[in-house]
Amino acid sequence: MREKEKERKEEISKMDVVTQMQRQLIQYTSSLFQEGFLDDQFNQLQQLQDESNPEFVVEIVTLFFEDAERLLNELSKSLQVEQESIDFRKVDAQVHQLKGSSSSIGAQRVQRVCIAFRNFCEQQNVEGCLKSLQEIKQEYSLVKTKLETLFKMEKQLFAARGSISR
Amino acid sequence: MAGGEVLRQNLPEKLEESPSGANELHVLAVDDSLVDRKVIERLLKISSCKVTVVESGTRALQYLGLDGDKKSSIGFDSVKVNLIMTDYSMPGMTGYDLLKKIKQESSVFREIPVVIMSSENILTRIDRCLEEGAEDFLLKPVKLSDVRRLKDFIMRGEVKEGEKRCCKRSRSEDCSPSSMTHPCDSSLLSSLSSSSVLSPLSPSTLSSKKSRL
Repeated sequence: MREKEKERKEEISKMDVVTQMQRQLIQYTSSLFQEGFLDDQFNQLQQLQDESNPEFVVEIVTLFFEDAERLLNELSKSLQVEQESIDFRKVDAQVHQLKGSSSSIGAQRVQRVCIAFRNFCEQQNVEGCLKSLQEIKQEYSLVKTKLETLFKMEKQLFAARGSISR
Repeated sequence: MAGGEVLRQNLPEKLEESPSGANELHVLAVDDSLVDRKVIERLLKISSCKVTVVESGTRALQYLGLDGDKKSSIGFDSVKVNLIMTDYSMPGMTGYDLLKKIKQESSVFREIPVVIMSSENILTRIDRCLEEGAEDFLLKPVKLSDVRRLKDFIMRGEVKEGEKRCCKRSRSEDCSPSSMTHPCDSSLLSSLSSSSVLSPLSPSTLSSKKSRL
C-alpha cells in the first residue's frame, strides 16, 4: 500500500515538473515574439512540422545558422578592404541573401538590420555599413542563443514527458 | 446525395492524364537559397504535391530537357511538371530570365504555369513578370496558404481545360438525377488529395495577381 502511494506521489510530482516546464517554454517563446526576435514566420515553420518530419524546425534553423555564419564571414572580408575598393554591389548581394534567409525563419531583428544595411550600401556609406555589420553580428548572436535555449527546453520537456510511466 | 459526390461523377477524364504518375501535382521549385529550398519543399510536400527542387534556372531547364543539350533530351512524357515556382533574384539566370525562356518554348512547355517568388515588393518587377506571362507573383516568405491557394487554382485550371473539351453542360449546381448519367464519368477525384476541387463555384482565385498589388 505504501509502495503504491509512494509511486503515485512520484508520478504527481513528475507531472508537476512537466507542467512547470511547459509553462516556462510557453513563456519563453512568448517573450521571443514580444521582444521582436521572432515573427509570425516562425509560427509558419512550426505548422510544417509533424510526425513525418518531427525535427523540421530545428533542421531549418540549423541551416540558417550555417548560412548566416558563412555570409557574416564573407561580409567581414568584403568590408575589410581599403574603403575605396569596397564592392558595394557584392556587399549588397550578400546582405540580400542574409535578409532572405533570416526572413524565411522569422528572425525579425536580424532581418530589420539587413534592411538598414542595404540602404547604406545603396548610399555607399562605409561607416553605415560597418556599423550595420556590427549590429547584425550582435543580433545574430542573440537570436542564435535564444533559439538554442528554446530547442534545449523543448528537448528537456520531451524527455521529461517520456519519463512519466503510463 | 451530397453535392460533392455528384461533382465527382461529372469530372472529365482529361484530368487523369495531366498530373504525372499518381494523381498529384508535380511542382518544380527553383531557388538559390538552401533555406528557402527546404521550406518550399516542405510547404509543397505537406500540400500533397510531388516536388522537385533545383538551385538554379539552368538546372531547371536541364531538368525539363530544354537546355538544348540533345544528349539529355528525353521525351517530355517522362518529365511532366504541372507548375514551376521560381525565385526572382538568383545569380546568373534570374527567375524572370527563366520565365521568358519557358514562355518562348514550344506549346507544351509554354503552358506550364510559372509563379515568381520574391522578397521584394517592387511594382515594376511584378508588372514585368505578369506581362511576360507569370501566373502569379508571391511575396516571400511564402506561406502555406499561398501554396494551397495556388494548388487550388492550378487544379481548377486543369479541370476547366477538361470541361471545355469534354463537357458542354452549364456549370450549375445541378443535383438532379440527370447529372448522374453524364458520359464524363470518373471516380478519379477520390484519388486527388485537394478537397477544394469539389467546390468549383467558389470565387475564382485569379484575383491572386491583384492581391499583391
